[in-house]
Formats: sequence, C-alpha cells, structure tokens
Amino acid sequence: MTSPYPILSIVGILIVVLSIAAGLIWLERRLLALWQDRYGPNRVGPFGLLQVLADMLKIFFKEDWIPPFADKYVFILAPAVIVVTVLLSFAVVPVAPGIIVTDLNIGLLFVLAMSSLGVYSVVLGGWSSDNKYALLGAVRAAAQMLSYEVFMGLSLMGVVLLAGSFDLVRIVEAQRHLWFVVPQFLGFVLFLIAGVAETRRLPFDLPEAESELIAGYHSEYSGMKFGMFFVGEYLGVTLISSLITVLFLGGWNGPVLPPIVWFLLKMFAFICLFILLRAALPRPRFDQLMNLGWKLLLPLALANLLVTGAVVLAKGT
Amino acid sequence: MLSALRTLWNVFLHMFRKRVTVQYPEQKPYLAPRWRGRIILSRDPDGGERCVACYLCAVACPVDCIALQATEDQTGRRYPEFFRINFSRCIFCGYCEEACPTYAIQLTPDFEMAEYERQNLVYEKEDLLIDGPGKYPGYNFWRVAGVKIGGKDKGEAQNETAPVDLHTLLP
Repeated sequence: MTSPYPILSIVGILIVVLSIAAGLIWLERRLLALWQDRYGPNRVGPFGLLQVLADMLKIFFKEDWIPPFADKYVFILAPAVIVVTVLLSFAVVPVAPGIIVTDLNIGLLFVLAMSSLGVYSVVLGGWSSDNKYALLGAVRAAAQMLSYEVFMGLSLMGVVLLAGSFDLVRIVEAQRHLWFVVPQFLGFVLFLIAGVAETRRLPFDLPEAESELIAGYHSEYSGMKFGMFFVGEYLGVTLISSLITVLFLGGWNGPVLPPIVWFLLKMFAFICLFILLRAALPRPRFDQLMNLGWKLLLPLALANLLVTGAVVLAKGT
Repeated sequence: MLSALRTLWNVFLHMFRKRVTVQYPEQKPYLAPRWRGRIILSRDPDGGERCVACYLCAVACPVDCIALQATEDQTGRRYPEFFRINFSRCIFCGYCEEACPTYAIQLTPDFEMAEYERQNLVYEKEDLLIDGPGKYPGYNFWRVAGVKIGGKDKGEAQNETAPVDLHTLLP
C-alpha cells in the first residue's frame, strides 16, 4: 500500500513533522509551566503561540561561532546528522492509510538502524568540540545509547512476533481488534523507557546533565547549530511517540474520528507524557542508569521475548 | 518505581492548582509602604527643601551614585546647588535614607523607571524633588534644629530653651 501522491506525502510529512518539532518548544514550556503552577510563555500572540516564531528568529540571528580549537568540518556536520537520521525514520512511519512516504517491508529495522546512527551526531559533536565536558557528555551518550538500544530492539520483537512482520503498516493492521499494548504491556513499558533514553530526555539526560557537564556534548555549540540539536531532540520525541502509537496503540485505528486524528491524538498524548516525565523525575546517577539497563531491563526484555515466542509457537501449532 | 509513578501523578495534579504568577503589566504587584524603589527628595510642610546638603547620603552610598554640591542662601540655610542620582548605578539599598539627618532623601514604592537610553537614568534635582513631605508629614528640620539662621536665633526652635547667659553663672 503506497501513497497515491508520493511527493505530496513526502512534503506533507516533512512540513508537519518539522512544525510539530518547532511547536514543541512552545508546548514543552507551557506544559512545564502548567505543572509548576505557572503560565509559561503567554505574551507573544494568542496563548503565546508566536513564541515559536520569536525563538526561531532569535536563534537564526545569533552569532554562529565555531571555536578555533574545534575540528571544523565534523563540528559543522554533527548537528545535521541527528536531524537527518530522525527525519529518515519518519519515512516509514504510517500516519494514516495512504499517508506514508515509503512502505518498507523491514520498516521497523530501518527505524532501529536510523536511531543507532543518530548516536554518531552526539559522539562526533562532543569529540569535535575538543572540550572535556563535551567529550564526557559524548562518551556518556554513547554508553547510554548502546545499552538502551539493545533492549529497545528486543522489546519490539514481541510485537513483531505477534504481527508476523517488520512492516509498520502490517503491524498497525494487525492491531485492528486488539492493541498490542494489552498482550505486550511489558514490551510497551520497556520500549517507553528505552525511548526516553534514546532521545536523551529527562530523566535520562545524563549526556547533557547541566549540573555536572555544563551542557554536555553541545557545550560549544551556539546559534542554529545548537538549534539543530534541539530540533533533533524534539523530532526524536515526536518519532518515539509516533512509534509507540504505531507499535502498541493501534496507530490510526479507532472509532468515529478519521484515522489521522486518532494518530495525532495518541502521538500527542505520549509527547505530553514525555514532558511530564521531565517535569517530575530527577536524573539518576550514571551507574544507576547502567545497572537499570543491563541488570533489570535487558533480562526483562529477554524474558518477554521468550514468553511471547512460546505463546505464539503454542498457538500456531 | 512506585514512588516515581506517584511523583508523576502528583505533578500531573498540579495542573489544576492555582497559578502563582502575577500577570504583571495588567495586574500590579502589591508593594509594601517601605518598599525601596525610586529615590525622591522631599520638602518640609512649609514647602522648603529639606535637604541641607550635608553629603551624608553621598558618603553612605556604597556605589557612589549620588553627587551634590552644597551652597547657602541669604538666610544662611544650606541647600544643594545640584543634586544628581545616577539610577543606572543605584542598587536601592536605602543607606542614603538611613543616613539622612533631615528625612529629605526617601525611597518610594515605585520601580517602573526603565529607559531606552542610559543617560536618561541620571536624575537631576528637579526630577527628584517632590512637592510633599513624603513619609514624615509634620517634620521641619529648621524648626527643631538649634541652629542659628536668618530669621531664627538660638533658642527659638521648637522644644528648645533659650541659651544660658554664661555671665549669670559667674560666682
């Protein structure tokens, strides 16, 4: 099932995804304020919505400074990598029937591969900055992404087993009667935790822990290059939210409302959850993070996969 | 894990709490009567300047933002020829008010004094002087001070007895 107007889909998804990522600046600030008994930005335009525009204008006109000690070409390249990899992942995310850039039969693997590539952005950014804080942040990011990638993939294998396909469209269609969040609740929780860690959001923002590492891997970045890291982060949040929607919450499936509305509703619910996590939870120590990943979540993911496989095998025969 | 979930829920419930933000330009904040804001020079009930140009405020000022020059009028009263406060340096500590022996310099509950040009933050005497007596309505320094000036000899101030004639004390 491919889109009847591929160009329209590509341009549409690109524009919508980028504007959602930009709008998240406003949404995050408003929601954080809401949960801290404040109002947040409410001056620029209706409900402060034009704050996005103001922030964008500001960041475009900021001095774009490259430190003289930095590795210039890698320094410039690094922020682009994260945006490119996340945007590429959106190519296989089915928004609604017919609204998808390319219906890849290994869509899920493609997404996992792209999110693995995303780590290069952080590591190269930290490395090329030639700054100890940036390097420490990059090393942390690499270790964290590596550990959490392992069970991120494993936690999804249950879904793949149940749907019998890596194709995201087929996975959505397999959830017509029962969302995978019910039979795969453990997988859902594991993927949610891994997703937060993958996007380096609080409580897993150790690569950029302000209180220890200034700003971690983007300490030396300014202007729009810094902005690209942020756009990449918000794109990542959007991507993980839409992946959770597609894989566990039945994607566009839902009564009465049109499919695309259902998809966006579920996606925004998870984006809000991401922001709530940031508002509520403190940052763990790095060894706690590693212990949690390798000693608790990885065995759980393996057990989940084993049980799901056994059940599927028993039912199939 | 459970405590983390409980935290999430509690933070979520904050959505329905009362906001603490004061929506400033529309909603003015309450300023206490003793708020240390814009500095003024007050006048005594008769309409004369209270400031006697003693320089104590300029001495007390930790950032040296007060500049003045003392002079005397025909009756022998001291008053400032010019009195200048540079509000771009002022830290609103209120030491000048504490140092002032005549209640002339006072801090008021007003902080809205933003300017587009730094030079406009330098207030001259005519910007600082107000018409009223400020926080001390009945006080007039020259009436209570035992200082001899034109039109008032020693012993003529309020609550002051006439000076003792030393010759009457001779044995």
